Amino acid sequence: MSLNLKKGVNRQSAYNLRDPNIDYEAAHTLSIIVDNESGVLARVIGLFSGRGYNIDSLTVAEIDHSGHRSRITIVTSGTPKVINQIKAQLNRMVPVHEVIDLTLKGKAVQRELAIFKVNGTGNQRVEALRLADVFRAKVVDSTLKSFTFELTGNSEKIDAFAELMEPLGLLEMARTGIVALLRGHNSS
Amino acid sequence: MKSSKEKITGAEIVIKALIEQGVDTVFGYPGGAILPVYDELFQQKKIRHILVRHEQAATHAAEGYARSTGKIGVVFVTSGPGATNSVTGLTDALMDSVPIVVISGQVPTFMIGNDAFQEADTVGITRPCTKHNWLIKDTNKLAETIHRAFHVAKTGRPGPVLVDIPKDVQFASGCYTKKKKVSTDFFKPELSLDPNLLTETVQRLEKASKPIIYTGGGVINSGEKAVNLLRKLVSKTNFPITSTLMGLGSYPASGDNWLGMLGMHGTYEANMSMHDCDFMLCVGARFDDRITGRIDAFSPNSFKVHIDIDPSSVNKNVTVDVPLIGDVAIILEELIATWEKRGSKVSSQKLGQWWKEIGEWKNVKSLKYTNSSSVIKPQYAIQRLEEHTRGHDRYISTEVGQHQMWAAQFMGFEEPNRWMTSGGLGTMGYGFPASLGVQVAHPKSLVINVAGEASWLMNMQELGTAVQYRLPVKQFILNNERLGMVRQWQELLHGERYSHSWSDALPDFEKLAEAYGIKGIRCEDPVKLDDAIQAMLDYPGPVIFDCLVEKHENCFPMIPSGKAHNEMILGEQTQSDNISDEGAVLV
Repeated sequence: MSLNLKKGVNRQSAYNLRDPNIDYEAAHTLSIIVDNESGVLARVIGLFSGRGYNIDSLTVAEIDHSGHRSRITIVTSGTPKVINQIKAQLNRMVPVHEVIDLTLKGKAVQRELAIFKVNGTGNQRVEALRLADVFRAKVVDSTLKSFTFELTGNSEKIDAFAELMEPLGLLEMARTGIVALLRGHNSS
Repeated sequence: MKSSKEKITGAEIVIKALIEQGVDTVFGYPGGAILPVYDELFQQKKIRHILVRHEQAATHAAEGYARSTGKIGVVFVTSGPGATNSVTGLTDALMDSVPIVVISGQVPTFMIGNDAFQEADTVGITRPCTKHNWLIKDTNKLAETIHRAFHVAKTGRPGPVLVDIPKDVQFASGCYTKKKKVSTDFFKPELSLDPNLLTETVQRLEKASKPIIYTGGGVINSGEKAVNLLRKLVSKTNFPITSTLMGLGSYPASGDNWLGMLGMHGTYEANMSMHDCDFMLCVGARFDDRITGRIDAFSPNSFKVHIDIDPSSVNKNVTVDVPLIGDVAIILEELIATWEKRGSKVSSQKLGQWWKEIGEWKNVKSLKYTNSSSVIKPQYAIQRLEEHTRGHDRYISTEVGQHQMWAAQFMGFEEPNRWMTSGGLGTMGYGFPASLGVQVAHPKSLVINVAGEASWLMNMQELGTAVQYRLPVKQFILNNERLGMVRQWQELLHGERYSHSWSDALPDFEKLAEAYGIKGIRCEDPVKLDDAIQAMLDYPGPVIFDCLVEKHENCFPMIPSGKAHNEMILGEQTQSDNISDEGAVLV
């Protein structure tokens, strides 16, 4: 008559019933122009968390003071279907003016800024400084037993530098997340 | 804004803006933080206020008002608990695309964030359950924001909005901004219609051997023109048509091409046609999981065209071949024009064959049930209600559960805006307050709430509202002393362990009616049912009709969870092994 529920201990998620679409997940960088008003970031983030979308990176700052506009740059990942949903959902929000998929639009300049504090003495300290030079990191603060570096670049570069600093006494780091603009002479 | 303009208080601005927006009725409940607005309400005559007994009921009443009129429903609530009580109605309206505007009081601006008495982060709490919401800190921006709120509520896919107004902003003076001075450019959903897509659709339509039109609430939201165009399209193409729960009435139930509702408790012919069709025209519906059943087995061989005003509805659940984004009326008009320009062709011969196939499915008579001479079957009760009220100037609301599905199956809706039910959210307690909102908007019409006793109890406090405003709503309660749908699922899925799905302490509904000074009718004998229903209809005031029905009746046909359209179970079938383990996790 009914199901033996105990049998189904290893029950699958409802999502497994969906078309096992072989669509691959890919990272997309979205540039979102919004009204710079109270709560706008909460709306955007709430959309992502409420609907179960990923946020790999997020930055936001005002870009047009007189027009009260901010640019939110979000790196998200999903299948093409999910990415389209995210864009459609963002587009119907009242304070959202424009959603630009930089990944689809073509080549984009993507940059992060990171600050690293590296403690060390002797050869370690020299090596840290030498590598910083290779990566064109700037020394923005120093004590007799530490350096603070500032580094700009794409995320891979930041990751690589962090990995190198790890054995050389990396104490802590802070990074901004990605900001991005389309290459070329046109606006996004 | 000119400084020479006369300044009025924020509360006056609220009332003035509502009047300018054409609001004639507000549903609400006063409290500390909205008192200045209520004071203004007291001193004017253009807006009628309906005092509900709970803020949730205000939102559902506003939904009933909005859905039965096509206008925007308006609600006043106070801060804190007033606002949080409106959350269910806001979410309901968001899911079912009902335009309502909730105006909430808030603690004064200088107290926000201090955990003041009756303070809640209303804008934060209602952010995910509104299309948009606003907290207004400047009285000068009040009128503009209210006009914007009305614009957002009705533009594109309709939905709920909320305007949160701190008490000091209601007291302070500011300038009024007229509606026409407020630009609507800030919210303009982009709609573009590609003529190539229209042509492609028409080409497919002309060649279709097994077409189906699947409609939803979007047709009704679009309005009368969309409804007429849909009917024209159906009659000219002779295509079969089915509809979601939300779309009932856009095509008349008595129409020749009507297959009945589709989906989990839809008819066999509707679901089989959806499964076997080769051309699907989805008009203003959103491929909800109640409709599609198992998604990877949904209509596997069809070319799918989706008309929707909301781009986020397209390719969300089901991938379609052609999306047509825009208002249903505009797109149907273009579509019909393109088709007529090309000679109004259909594949008549194949279509005849298709209708024959559908006829065989119809012969299954999936809605049949075994009647009884000793106990009232719920289906029979609804059939008799339908018989007694068909042709009346009639509006039906429902609660949520088995009775809702039976009402959808056994009542015929000939016109749009006559059927108020909670589809997307499935809100028990929706129907009674919604029926009040409908009755307020249509004082002379017959308004019946088809209810289950469990749902009805969730907002039974609204008896007070019905009595106070002399709203002659008929509460037709199919009383099985059970949470019928929960019980059905426990029977089918949970080893007949009926965990907490019955009520052991139901009121005597006749005495309850008596306590409120209205009429109560109880009926438990199928032979006396007709007379009892007639007595309900003859009584000029509100009635609670306690219809004691078979306690263990299941609602069929049914697409079990995780199954496809062509795996429906019918009432007579054995029910074992119908739901797989994978299906059991679905709701």
